[in-house]
Amino acid sequence: MGILLDEAPYILEKMPGGGIIITSADWLINWSRANSLWPLTFGLACCAFEMISTNMSKYDLDRFGVFPRPTPRQADLIFVAGTLTKKIAPKLKKLYDQMGEPKYVISMGSCSNTGGPFYDSYSVVKGVDKVIPVDVYVAGCPPRPENLIEGILKLQEKIKKDTIKNNDRAQIFK
Amino acid sequence: MTEPRYLNDIKGKFPGTEAVLPEKIKDGIPAFDCPPSLILDIVKYLKAEGFNYLMNLCATDYKDTFEVIYHLSALESKAKITLKVKINREKPELASITPLHPGANWQEREAFDLLGVVFTGHPNLTRILLSCDWEGYPLRKDYSRKPDQYD
Repeated sequence: MGILLDEAPYILEKMPGGGIIITSADWLINWSRANSLWPLTFGLACCAFEMISTNMSKYDLDRFGVFPRPTPRQADLIFVAGTLTKKIAPKLKKLYDQMGEPKYVISMGSCSNTGGPFYDSYSVVKGVDKVIPVDVYVAGCPPRPENLIEGILKLQEKIKKDTIKNNDRAQIFK
Repeated sequence: MTEPRYLNDIKGKFPGTEAVLPEKIKDGIPAFDCPPSLILDIVKYLKAEGFNYLMNLCATDYKDTFEVIYHLSALESKAKITLKVKINREKPELASITPLHPGANWQEREAFDLLGVVFTGHPNLTRILLSCDWEGYPLRKDYSRKPDQYD
C-alpha cells in the first residue's frame, strides 16, 4: 500500500451518477478534519476583536471551513485570544476538557503565548501552555487577521501530516 | 471669581483639616488633607453643599502610610474638590462613604482588594477583582509574590 497518501484522490472510473475513487483513510480523515475546524472562541482582551474581525465578512474565515461555535461540545479548536489571568485559567481548562477529541488549540497574541507585556504581573498566567497544550502560537500584539489566518493554515498543515497510526490524539481504529 | 464659601468653612467646621498648598496641586482642583475620623462628616457636609457626585475613590501606598483620595464633583455648579486622608499603615481602617454615595461601593471594594484598606460600615466588603482565595494585597509596596503553578 502506501499509494495516494499525499495527493488528492481522483476518479479512476466514471459511473452513471458518480465515479470510483481510491484514497487512504489517513488522507480522507485529515482532509475532513482540516477543512471543518469549528472553533470555540475564547476572547479575553484586545486580541478578541482581531479574532472577531477575522470571522467577519472582510476576512471571512468561513471559506476555510472555520465557523465559530458558542459551546465546547461542538468545537474542534479553541482560539485563546488575549491575556489569561489566574482567575480565568481554571475555566479555560474546564472548557478545554469539555471539548471532544480531536481538539486543537491556537494561542493568539503575545499575552496568551508568554504573558507578553504583563509577564511580571502578579495576576497573569505566563503563557496558555501552562494550562492546556498549544498547537500553534500566533505572534503579534495583537496579531492582524492575516496572522491568525496564517496560523489556521499552519494548523491545517499540521493536521494533514497526522496519521491514525500511533496517534495519541484520536485512536479511532483501536 | 470669588472663592466659594465651603472652602473656608470646611477648615473652621472640621478641626485638623488642612488645605493642600497651591504649588502642590497640578490639576487646579482645591484639595484638603483630612483627619481619618472626620471623613464621613466632611463628605456629608460637602454633599449638603452640592457635591453630590463621587468621581473617583482610590488608595495609594506611601510605604510609611496609606492615603485614600476622594474626588467629588457638584453636578449643578460643576465645582470639584479633592479630599486626601492619610491612614495608619499597620491598622488601615476608615469609615465607608457608601451610605452617602452608593457609587463608592465597588471603588472601596477595589481598594480593599488591592491594598487591604478596611472600610468600616461597608455593606459587602469582599474581594472584587482577584479570586476569593488570594493571599495578600498585591498593590502594597512590600507585597512579595509567591510563584504558583502558573509561573
